[in-house]
Amino acid sequence: MNTTQPILRRVCVGLIAAALGLSLAGCGTNTDPGSNEGTDTIKIGVNYEQSGAVATYGSDSVDGIMMAVDEVNAAGGINGKQVEIVKYDTKSDTAEATTLATKLMVQDKVVAILGPATSGSFMATIPVANQNKVPVVSGSATADKVTVSDSGVQEYAFRTCFNDSFQGTAMANYASKTLDAKSAIIIKDNSSDYAKGLAENFTATFTAHGGTIVGEEAYVAGDTDFNAILTRARGLEFDVVYLPGYYQEAGLIIKAARELGINQPILGPDGFDSPDLLNLGGADALNNVFFTNHYSSLDEDPKVIEFIAAFQAKYSKEPNAFNALGYDTANFVFDAVSRATEANGEAIKDALASTKNFPAVTGTLSVDENHNPIKAIVVIGLENGIQASSEKISS
Amino acid sequence: MNTRFPSWLIKVVALLMTYLIVFALISAGAIDDYVLITMVTICINIILATSLNLITGFTGQFSLGHAGFMAIGAYTTALITMRFPSIWAFLGGVLLGAIIAAIVGFLIGLPTLRLRGDYLAIATLGMAEIIRVLLLNFEFTNGAAGLSGIPRNVDWTWLFVFTAGSVLLISNFLKSIPGRDLIAIREDEIAASSIGINAVRAKTLAFVVGAFFGGLAGGLYSAYFYFIKPDLFGFLKSIDILIIVVLGGLGSLSGSVIAAILLALISTWLQDFPEMRMIIYGLILVVIMVFRPQGLLGDRELSMDTFKRIVPRRRKGTS
Repeated sequence: MNTTQPILRRVCVGLIAAALGLSLAGCGTNTDPGSNEGTDTIKIGVNYEQSGAVATYGSDSVDGIMMAVDEVNAAGGINGKQVEIVKYDTKSDTAEATTLATKLMVQDKVVAILGPATSGSFMATIPVANQNKVPVVSGSATADKVTVSDSGVQEYAFRTCFNDSFQGTAMANYASKTLDAKSAIIIKDNSSDYAKGLAENFTATFTAHGGTIVGEEAYVAGDTDFNAILTRARGLEFDVVYLPGYYQEAGLIIKAARELGINQPILGPDGFDSPDLLNLGGADALNNVFFTNHYSSLDEDPKVIEFIAAFQAKYSKEPNAFNALGYDTANFVFDAVSRATEANGEAIKDALASTKNFPAVTGTLSVDENHNPIKAIVVIGLENGIQASSEKISS
Repeated sequence: MNTRFPSWLIKVVALLMTYLIVFALISAGAIDDYVLITMVTICINIILATSLNLITGFTGQFSLGHAGFMAIGAYTTALITMRFPSIWAFLGGVLLGAIIAAIVGFLIGLPTLRLRGDYLAIATLGMAEIIRVLLLNFEFTNGAAGLSGIPRNVDWTWLFVFTAGSVLLISNFLKSIPGRDLIAIREDEIAASSIGINAVRAKTLAFVVGAFFGGLAGGLYSAYFYFIKPDLFGFLKSIDILIIVVLGGLGSLSGSVIAAILLALISTWLQDFPEMRMIIYGLILVVIMVFRPQGLLGDRELSMDTFKRIVPRRRKGTS
């Protein structure tokens, strides 16, 4: 056998192995990240869950965002530049959210990113944002610690929704002051951090106002029979029921509670905001039910009326809170871009942080030092399952 | 054969060249963060797929619990590096996570590996679910909200060391006597037992080694992606890994490597079509499985020998 041939072959193998590494490098490009100076469009990334477990949150937010984009472009863009959207799907996977945020910043050179919708995925993109100096903004990441880490505020992370603890606090205020409640029972979803956090904050504020929590019952998401906990609850004296959790179980609990003769007001969080609450609970049971929400379609503010009409014209359906928050998040970013001194991530971050009294559909908002919005919360009252009253409570 | 260039030396040189070339490209800025993050995904999937292939492909034990081992490694590394942010804590965390995963693999493997086929699949699935639910309910793992702000310690050097190291170790393990026992058991467990192979011991060993590298991959994951939560390591993650193994070919390590690269490239390419992405991805899987039911490489390996066979044949054809 010729001795030179094996060497040649082995060199080939070496080259192929090296090429494997190289083949991945093909798509790299080299310019400054996060700057749209000198171009005639403003590139904004949309990084949402459009498939997978929480696809409805992402898709609904994207519907609101795209409506805001169409409106701003039809009106001539921002400072004369059209908005160009680069849209990706995170598959509801947090690693994919990190990957796509990196792609948007490093390769697509966007100046800001909207999304993702859920707190976990959003938090997974924040280190990338801080590193590349491109702001990320979420309309629905409500977990308490999203914009603040142990080492201080996350410089490039913003949100347009209030956090979970604020909802619990606001509802406790409403119970003590408006409903004049002195005692409450809590029935919470023990399998979600969201519900646990709400219950804690409700308890803290309610007792601070002189109220007492007479009992605390728990269920797990997916339960369908609540007779045991409700029978125990019926034996107690209380003025209101606080029910932090999602509509799937809340609908059934409210129905069962009314059947057992628990007629006190039932209070809940924004997890109640779904047409399925009515389907599960039934119109008869859904009286004297109040829940905190981001916005109410009953609001007579011209902004809200205009938004609802435009949304119905475009998508032929009633906008929900995610649609409204998506729309607000997009406009919130556009507003900052128009005020920013330059079209780059750093200037837009400064403009976002200095937002004051921005007129959003979900309430006029200002950004505080922790990059959380200061805005009003809405308490919606149900009558026969239909939104009958809404009251804005400022923070 | 050529004695001046033993095959291990060629391997070392090829690996070293790959490492140095990519390293140079990163330093020069030709590989940006996005390409690097894609490479991290690929490398983690390579470790996961090759280690699951050891259990499912080579030993023939159908396991649906690999994400559970990954979760153990990921949480161990995250908890350690969040408390002690140093490179040594990272290395110790990854190693400790892998060892804990291996111990859990041993404890679970002993009773369940007496089961076969579908029964084992369900038992391993249950094991992964138990791990996930425990992580969901422990205080120190921060429940459903997960852990965020995990320091990023993985760079190209560590990524390369761990990936190349894992694949080489698994491949060498398969060439050892206990490794050959595994293949014998896959082919015919009764015949293997009759020639003196302790089947339960051998299968448990495969499970422990597979779990070790599964945990290691989890450690790399949490040290690169900043954020973990129990839901990430659910049933679907195990299925994702199994897809890579089956697509590459049950019983082919190089097949797993190629499939991991291929699937990541397809998924990356489809990122530009968010609405159609999962449909096209699913379609590609269906088409590959219809035309290559044995997987891309079947149970063959792509190796130096393959190239030796291919290259002379071409030479004859062209000359």
